[in-house]
Amino acid sequence: MIEFSLGMQLGSASGPLQLDVEARIESKSFVTLFGPSGAGKTTILRMLAGLIQPQRGRIVVDENTWFDAERRINLPPQQRAIGFVFQDYALFPNLTVRENIAYAVPREDRRWVDELLELTGLHMLHARMPSTLSGGQKQRVALARAIARKPALLLLDEALSALDLSLRSQLQDELAALHRRFGLTTIMVSHELGEVFKLSEKVLRLEGGRIVESGSPREVFLQKRLSGRLNLHAQVLDIRQEDVVYIVTLLIGQEVIDVVASEDEVTHLRMGDNVSVAARAISPYLSKTSASMRH
Amino acid sequence: MSHDWQPLLLTFRLAAITTLILFVIGIPLAYWIAHTRTRIKPVIETLVSMPLVLPPSVLGFYLLLAFSPQNAFGQWLEQWFNIRLVFSFAGLVVGSVIFSLPFMVHPIQSGFQNLPASLVEASRTLGKSDTATLFRVLLPNIKPALLSGAVLSFAHTVGEFGVILMIGGNIPGVTKVASIAIYDEVESLNYAGANFYALVLFAVTFAILLTVYVMNKKLLKAG
Repeated sequence: MIEFSLGMQLGSASGPLQLDVEARIESKSFVTLFGPSGAGKTTILRMLAGLIQPQRGRIVVDENTWFDAERRINLPPQQRAIGFVFQDYALFPNLTVRENIAYAVPREDRRWVDELLELTGLHMLHARMPSTLSGGQKQRVALARAIARKPALLLLDEALSALDLSLRSQLQDELAALHRRFGLTTIMVSHELGEVFKLSEKVLRLEGGRIVESGSPREVFLQKRLSGRLNLHAQVLDIRQEDVVYIVTLLIGQEVIDVVASEDEVTHLRMGDNVSVAARAISPYLSKTSASMRH
Repeated sequence: MSHDWQPLLLTFRLAAITTLILFVIGIPLAYWIAHTRTRIKPVIETLVSMPLVLPPSVLGFYLLLAFSPQNAFGQWLEQWFNIRLVFSFAGLVVGSVIFSLPFMVHPIQSGFQNLPASLVEASRTLGKSDTATLFRVLLPNIKPALLSGAVLSFAHTVGEFGVILMIGGNIPGVTKVASIAIYDEVESLNYAGANFYALVLFAVTFAILLTVYVMNKKLLKAG
């Protein structure tokens, strides 16, 4: 069980931000911190790791106090049982793949390092330098290195965001497999919904430094009832008049579509506005476009 | 005609000792400057850089005053450590260390600053102390900067003249380094002697710098 309450006044790019969060996380669960950038997700992760010291609050992991502002306890990162995967991977450029992973292992425990190399599919690359690896390979090394210390808590800072879609999907599967195998309590920062659904059991949705919602991905993201009603968020790209109707070009996710709108609907719309697109009584037809890598 | 090699040997001994001492002082100092958040950081940076712009004679003049046994500091050194820094080889070393400090600190400092902060953070989350991080992650990744620092300090000490003349004088075998010897030979109109020292210095410094540039290219490729 991991419990934390964290408070801090932050100066972010968009003005001051009051971070105030509290949460309990079950051991061995996979939790996602979800929210817009600047909501304080990475800051929370770094506080858990001991890379940033909060002004208030406490962090208790499996009954060990890592941080307590009142009792003036603040363990340095070295004494917290964590694995941290950085957004830029932070592989040591002077060490080979094997040395990067072995760096974290207290004494040269060759078999454990070999096992990690095998598990992450890196055994063929063990003598390579990080600069010669692809993004996905670097990601695997970073992951293997983070779990090499057998941490109580694995922290992933948008670890997969730099990868392209298919590779990301594959690494998500590998991550899920590693999580199951080692039963690592994992907290991941992500703003990719597919990833959140696929991997996490619990989502903490953050906005402006606060947790505004928490629960399973379904509870947090799915619209409440199955109603045949479709509600999408979109951005207005263009509005033009054609005969008696208006055509509005919308960006929904990565798709661009045209919809017909009446004059009433477009009078208050400007390009760049965010709108909600609702369709009543739809009966969508789903067709498969590509297979997931999951077996 | 036989040549007196002593000033040249003295020059390279001085440069080697100075570089060694600067290496030991320069790395922690550069690390501290690169990572500190203290408000007096600009003052420290200015002091380190002063020898770049100050005429060597200014520095030499003040060092001469400070080291003089007539003054408190010089007296203290002589009484407690039995060291006299004016007109002695030890004095030249101290002067050269101060004078070449920026040449060692600047490259190493920018080397540290150019490394991503996440490397240090990663090492800390992997349970390694700051000292272990320094030796196993930071220093191996700034090898070109270390090499530049060492070589620039060495070459700069070889080329030093003003400070040495002020605090060391021209004592053969003690403080008469090659640059002073050249001046000495020219003064006594022995151009052939001056040319000998000048030519050796030219050749040696050319060879050292060339080696650095060739090696740096290789190091960068390997990294």
